[in-house]
Amino acid sequence: MSGATLRSWLLDPAPASRRQARLGRWYRSWRSLSRNGLAMAGLAIVLALVAIAIAAPLLADPAAATQQFLPARLQFFSRAHPFGTDELGRDIFARIVFGARITLTIVALVSVIVVPVGLGIGLPAGYFGGAVDAVLMRITDIFLAFPRLVLALAFAAALGPGIENAVVAIALTAWPPYARLARAETLTRRDAEFVQAAVLQGASHARILLSQIVPLCLSSVLIRLTLDMAGIIITAAGLGFLGLGTQPPAPEWGAMVASGRQVLLDQWWVATIPGAAIFITSVGFNLLGDGLRDVADSRAA
Amino acid sequence: MSDRAPPLLTVRRLRVTFPGEQGDVVAVRDVSFTLGRQRVGIVGESGSGKSTTGRAIMGLVPKPGRITADEMRLGATDLRGLSERGFRRLRGRRIAMVLQDPKYALDPVMTVGRQIAETHRAHVGGGERAARQAALAMLEAVHIRDPERVFALYPHEVSGGMGQRVMIAMMLIAGPEVLIADEPTSALDATVQTQVLAVLDELVRGRGMGLLLISHNLHLVAGFCDRVLVMYAGRIVESCAAGQLHAATHPYTRGLLASLPDLHHRRTMLPQLQRDPAWAEP
Amino acid sequence: MIRLDRVSVRFGSGARRFTAVADVSLDVAAGEAFGLVGESGSGKSTLLRAIAGLVGHAEGTVELAGTVMPRRRPRAARRLVQMVFQDPYGSLHPNQTVDQALAAPLRVQRLGDGERRIAAALHEVGLGAAHRFRFPHQLSGGQRQRVAIARALIVAPPILLLDEPTSALDVSVQAEILNLLTRLRQEHRLTLLMVSHDLAVIAHLCAHVGVMQQGRLVEQTTAAALAEGRVHHPHTRALLEATPGFTGTVAAD
Repeated sequence: MSGATLRSWLLDPAPASRRQARLGRWYRSWRSLSRNGLAMAGLAIVLALVAIAIAAPLLADPAAATQQFLPARLQFFSRAHPFGTDELGRDIFARIVFGARITLTIVALVSVIVVPVGLGIGLPAGYFGGAVDAVLMRITDIFLAFPRLVLALAFAAALGPGIENAVVAIALTAWPPYARLARAETLTRRDAEFVQAAVLQGASHARILLSQIVPLCLSSVLIRLTLDMAGIIITAAGLGFLGLGTQPPAPEWGAMVASGRQVLLDQWWVATIPGAAIFITSVGFNLLGDGLRDVADSRAA
Repeated sequence: MSDRAPPLLTVRRLRVTFPGEQGDVVAVRDVSFTLGRQRVGIVGESGSGKSTTGRAIMGLVPKPGRITADEMRLGATDLRGLSERGFRRLRGRRIAMVLQDPKYALDPVMTVGRQIAETHRAHVGGGERAARQAALAMLEAVHIRDPERVFALYPHEVSGGMGQRVMIAMMLIAGPEVLIADEPTSALDATVQTQVLAVLDELVRGRGMGLLLISHNLHLVAGFCDRVLVMYAGRIVESCAAGQLHAATHPYTRGLLASLPDLHHRRTMLPQLQRDPAWAEP
Repeated sequence: MIRLDRVSVRFGSGARRFTAVADVSLDVAAGEAFGLVGESGSGKSTLLRAIAGLVGHAEGTVELAGTVMPRRRPRAARRLVQMVFQDPYGSLHPNQTVDQALAAPLRVQRLGDGERRIAAALHEVGLGAAHRFRFPHQLSGGQRQRVAIARALIVAPPILLLDEPTSALDVSVQAEILNLLTRLRQEHRLTLLMVSHDLAVIAHLCAHVGVMQQGRLVEQTTAAALAEGRVHHPHTRALLEATPGFTGTVAAD
């Protein structure tokens, strides 16, 4: 099938199968996303991060990321060390490359926890209302009442340092806004006529929530998650910076910034390079999230 | 009809185009009409371009819509290529618009009386006291029984019919020459609809204004206006005296009239409109 | 087919208690088309929802096809009555194709032979295979309302409730939908209960008409009596006089 016929097949206003209808819908969303230059830049950054994480062993020597070599400490950029070396003589380039894996792991684990928890609390609260709503939302309010980083710190300190505990600490503090968002989205939809039509068909509450309401909430929840990703990465880096995240010698970007702090004035690159990695990744997720929101908004209009 | 007096509004070959993904969409094609001190109705179905015509005259066509016309004048003022600032000076003072739902057109956090008074001050000038007096008089003119009480109400506290009368009061307080009413009574119950139309009629006649009534409702337009323009696919396909609408000649108008259920004349099946692509051609 | 005995619906509590439907009793025979007219806030739509089982706290008795409906309707009872809503934009899920909208009731009601039933339902409302996999935004208002009708009829209910089914449509499309409903009613021997603010639309489809005002059923009459202006209640008279095209005189009673 040539490009032009594939395109017209995808854009066919009268699809002939379930598959064509679904693919066509995705293609239309993709087209409006791809017209947004900034969103595409964000997507490129995120994809580059994923590619680097997957191809890390090909890009750098795994040993170089953790192996100390004190004679070569705090060296400036060179052919052997494109981003120089840190205070223990480790290659910063290799550490950045392998650090991408840690960042992505945190991002993925937090998403996997936050989305179901947020939906699980917000959907029933919005749909059933009354006492269910009151109880679930007061719990959410309690979590929201604490400053996020402080709460994450407390959890991380209580659970002990380590990447898994850092993820749990971040997730525990990140879900309340998702619960609120899911509740608000559910509230605007629960009296919709298509929901009433499903009630008339005899559909159960679970079926209505899963088949009618979740698909509509999910896009705004995922967009919110992409926009929050920057904050999650920075919180993870913050925990790493304070020594409550991943433990040395794992190449976590936040911990790298922390260790470069002492030599910031003389050997600026030790802290600046991982700082730039955190910054670029955060911006990438933010731009992508903004673009996705525009696509969703234009579809709703 | 005031054929000899210069028309209040002249529109010749008005065209409104919206650029779209698959080429330009022409919403209004070569629409021409004049409006004197009379009531002209524009009827058509959704997508016929009737509302866009009204918006084009008000300078309210959203970007990236393009307006072209051989002639578009409000009295002696050329409306073509008028800047947003120029339109803002005209709107309210010389030409005003009433929309379907007053709830969206009124400021929810200001009492309706103050909104009318503010409009008066903005266009006519004068002190707060004079504005208040004028607003109360205007509320009375739209047959609101207790103007003092209604003056102090917020938009959410007034019913649909009263809200629309408040809108009319606000739109007419600066004494515009032309009023465009876009589906002014479509959101109202039938019994209230008649009252609002009666108020509109009384004011438009009493002040010698021109009224352009945009509606999907054939009966309403036929019963209320002097002249009717029927729009289809952006074009005026028929123009006739309102009293002669039942004797309309264009197949589209006839088809629309026939497809209306009739209380006195019950049929098992209603005749369905067979659209002819030729209607969209000049 | 439909028997209502002193059905009331109240919202809120205490001083803000509001009665939307007050003691409405009504009988609609099998195969009959009954119309309810009234202005906004008259309780006509709420009454329709109470019959459909969408208002959990309705008081009084709703009897459909000889069975008194319990407060929580079992799944099988849902097949007795289906409803078509006013807004064809709001009554279809924006992310689901026509095919999905029609398959859902079959799955919930555990009805097999989905392929054939969906194709037949589409055909019946004048849509074809070309419309089956479209999303609602790819359909016109009239086509959407046809899908909503197909979705209601796919479980073969004996009773169909219509809530202002044509008031969001253009008059030419309204005629098409009214004709479709007339035909479907004959073919399926449906009992119709339609709500509208438009007397002419009600009288076109329904031989029997009820007039509602402030939650009460104030008059029951026939379309023929309406056409001749033989009405009793002052509110019916007011509605009749406000109907565009009404030319006759209303008999003073």
